[in-house]
Amino acid sequence: MRMFLQQVVNGLSVGSIYALIALGYTMVYGIIKLINFAHGDVYMLGAYIGYFATVYLPLSFFPALLLSMVSCALLGAIIERVAYRPLRQSPKIAVLITAIGVSLLLEYTMMYFVGAGVRSYKALLPTDTYNVGGVIFGFQQIAIIITAIALMAVLQFIVLKTKMGKAMRAVSIDADAAQLMGISVDRTISFAFMLGSALAGAAGVLVGIYYSSINPLMGTMPGLKAFIAAVFGGIGSIPGAMVGGLAIGILETFVAGYGSSMYRDAAVFFFLIVILLAMPGGLMGMKRTEKV
Amino acid sequence: MFKAKNIAAVALLAAVYTAIKILRLTGIFGSYHEITIAQICINMLLACSLNLITGFAGQFSLGHAGFMSIGAYACALIIIRFPSVYGFMLGLIAGSLASAVVGLAIGIPTLRLSGDYLAIATLGMAEIIKVVFFNLKITNGAAGLMNIPRLMNWEWMFCLTAGSVALINNFINSRHGRACMSIREDEIASQSVGIDIALYKIAAFAIGAFFAGISGGMYAAYFYVLKPGIFGLLKSIDILVIVVLGGLGSISGSIIGAALLTLISALLQDFASLRMIIYALMLIAIMMFRPQGLLGTNEISFALFTRALKRESAK
Repeated sequence: MRMFLQQVVNGLSVGSIYALIALGYTMVYGIIKLINFAHGDVYMLGAYIGYFATVYLPLSFFPALLLSMVSCALLGAIIERVAYRPLRQSPKIAVLITAIGVSLLLEYTMMYFVGAGVRSYKALLPTDTYNVGGVIFGFQQIAIIITAIALMAVLQFIVLKTKMGKAMRAVSIDADAAQLMGISVDRTISFAFMLGSALAGAAGVLVGIYYSSINPLMGTMPGLKAFIAAVFGGIGSIPGAMVGGLAIGILETFVAGYGSSMYRDAAVFFFLIVILLAMPGGLMGMKRTEKV
Repeated sequence: MFKAKNIAAVALLAAVYTAIKILRLTGIFGSYHEITIAQICINMLLACSLNLITGFAGQFSLGHAGFMSIGAYACALIIIRFPSVYGFMLGLIAGSLASAVVGLAIGIPTLRLSGDYLAIATLGMAEIIKVVFFNLKITNGAAGLMNIPRLMNWEWMFCLTAGSVALINNFINSRHGRACMSIREDEIASQSVGIDIALYKIAAFAIGAFFAGISGGMYAAYFYVLKPGIFGLLKSIDILVIVVLGGLGSISGSIIGAALLTLISALLQDFASLRMIIYALMLIAIMMFRPQGLLGTNEISFALFTRALKRESAK
């Protein structure tokens, strides 16, 4: 039982990071039906921005988190403007390959400038641990979970209560109709990219603190897993992405804890295939009927 | 069988073969060039087989490297034990059949998926295959298989590739190939004219996987070393990029694309750190300026040339 609870705690901390990344996927996919492969690399850049901000500027945790979020938001908007907007009318496969291209570009440009080696975060948060009935909580884990929840609450507020959020929901339901109602579709898509990228940037800083090591290719796997989380939660659904992220995090730590850590990635992909076959709409996804 | 275009195709192949042979014998092509030729052959076969799945049957797959790895490992394990030509033949057959069976195993459950979801599911399958190879004892885990006997030379590769591509091409131009293409164009319409879409989707996966298995076997018997890491997502993307560059739904496009991209990547070998950046920029540029690929769905054919000639002479 103690080990079980410990795995849940560890799973929740990893899962909240996945959830933050998954939100970006789900918003973008919900609006323009694109698997933004570059999203995982925005998260990697967020981690590096956090690293440079804390080592060279020396900023503390919150300013570094904010700086990383703002820079990633800008980056997300630039990527959308330069790479995806010209292809709005192109076949889907062309846009997907562009996304893969942008992902490779970010990874290897970063590798060119900072080197392929691993860099270590310095301890930004206290490394205290608390022992509650045999289950160990790290201060960092609690901080990560709380930060993630706070950011998700802000996102939920933006999407449900602001005008821009309403526009986002409208565009995701029907872009043409939204445009007829006077919503600027391009601006709304940019905004969704900015929101998603900001969250990815935050996730990058959090993961840097949690694992304390970052490298230019760190974004690929978490990116794919976060996408799986988004699919599990029901693509396009924001609460779904949160639940999906936490579920994937817990699944992964359980496989690593009780089975073998070598099969961790395989288990997540297997889970994906099961979801796609058993409930392709995901937990909270909308059901779409196909018209002939 | 002895149509003009078939004879012309054989003549062209013979000409290319002789040209390479002469260059190789006179020493203008060294062993470095031979390796490039081998890579071009492998990539051509991979691209044509993926084109069958993605370009002709319209099933988006991001896991082609997984099929290749099954063929490669099966072939390598057999030729390590039987290092002879017969062993290689056995390995090639076993590898490609194993790959086709996995293709079936992937094709059946993913039947109801399409588009992005299918891409992600196939990607997941390929990752699972990679993890399995990482953990199996018989494949020696992450260290991989070493000292695989080299039973291939470029002549073998050339013939195997030419033969396999010809088979793929014949399949596409048969009534079954047309059925695959009609599924790509419109599933519901083809179902309504009596095409068994489930059967043809699975068949496309199995046949594509079969030929990817052959190219994997060629890889294993030429490059000595196999590691699971070679067959990752990046390799699948590489193959997809060749297909898209050449044109989805064009076999001659895939052939040209494979030759072109392999050469570019060989030329950029000296600028290793910049190579991937240039590759990525090229990818984005192609998608922006020519998203249908070099040839679109057209084929380069001799009819095209004769028509052009006639037009010239009529002037």
